[in-house]
Amino acid sequence: MMMMIGLYNYWVVMVLMMIGLYIVIAHGNLIKKIVGLNIFQTSVFIFYISLAKVEGGTAPILAEGINLYSNPLPHVLILTAIVVGISTTALGLALVVRIKEAYGTMEEEDIQKKDNQEC
Amino acid sequence: MLAGIYGLLSACLFITMDAVDVAFTEASVGAGIATLLMLTTIAMTGRTEHTVRHKPFMALVLVSITGALLIYGTLDMPYYGDPMAAAHTHVAPRYINDSMQEIGVDNIVTSVLASYRAFDTFGEVVVIFTAGIGVLTLLSLVRRRKKDAEIDAINDSMHEKNLILRIVAKILIPFILLFALYVQFHGDFGPGGGFQAGVIFAAAIILYAMLFGLSTARRVINQPFIQLLSAIGVLIYGCVGVVSMLSGANFLDYDVLAGDPVAGQHLGILVIELGVGVTVAAVMIIFFFSFAGRLEKPKHEEK
Repeated sequence: MMMMIGLYNYWVVMVLMMIGLYIVIAHGNLIKKIVGLNIFQTSVFIFYISLAKVEGGTAPILAEGINLYSNPLPHVLILTAIVVGISTTALGLALVVRIKEAYGTMEEEDIQKKDNQEC
Repeated sequence: MLAGIYGLLSACLFITMDAVDVAFTEASVGAGIATLLMLTTIAMTGRTEHTVRHKPFMALVLVSITGALLIYGTLDMPYYGDPMAAAHTHVAPRYINDSMQEIGVDNIVTSVLASYRAFDTFGEVVVIFTAGIGVLTLLSLVRRRKKDAEIDAINDSMHEKNLILRIVAKILIPFILLFALYVQFHGDFGPGGGFQAGVIFAAAIILYAMLFGLSTARRVINQPFIQLLSAIGVLIYGCVGVVSMLSGANFLDYDVLAGDPVAGQHLGILVIELGVGVTVAAVMIIFFFSFAGRLEKPKHEEK
């Protein structure tokens, strides 16, 4: 029981991560694949932030009368990762838009078929 | 829509875990910009999908096995909130205990981001800049200047449709911009900094562009200027590094920038946060302009 309470944050992360992975594998639609990647990415963010939490600590902004803070390092890493994440997502979406314009579809299988016909 | 709620929810989750800075970023990025880009892309590519999924059963099996293995892996992990976990015992105590003497900034996240790990952050800003260039190359805009009268005509026709939205936005936008600047320069003391401020600033511009039409927004902020800004931000950041090198210290070591180390650190952090903010804001605006410009283009061709 103790283990259940102590580790549930990791399990939530794993469930989210696997939902993301499933979407990436099972859906042929490229936009859905990017959505899946986004969910996967957010699960990693939550994993890092939950690692940083210290029981009884507060946000890492120095103030008088407080001597227990959460770990600031993962916050820094994830802060930048979120903004980099949106940039890469935008790049991915831009690629999807170009693929849609070039092939007229964004289903993986249709794209593959068209490629094979051209060969 | 759901993605927006998802972004906001995860932001709330971050607050409960004491990561105010991260929550700030996620709220503006996840709930705002990401959803917007998603919707624009869907509007461009259409929302139909073949329901055929390739081998969903195989995928399910694979995912379950991976998930089970990962959960098995977590059994040895430290419990949630455990103060003795390995992550809290190496470099973090040093940041928490010594950053006040070394950097003199209240917000530890800012001091780690902009000073201890400045090199890392520089890399990330360059990545964002590169992504901006990538999107520009992929969705390059056909710059077709419309005549001013034409823009005004579109403007007037939209004016009646979105009257309430426009007036509310007109009142709101100055405050959003002001808030962005506050976040930018208050990052030393409270949650905030260049990344968040850049995104909020861009959100204000994007709101304007959405309600007043892209061409009107382009008239206010023209594209080459924004592209220049995104490069200038990276340049500011890099120059700080070079200046500290010329003063005889390591790359991005701010101690030598002013008379005493703490003042130098303050100056350095302020300047590079400015660089970060400028680049992030410019790149986010480029993203929106490129996507939305692509969306508008086919309509012109029909005319």
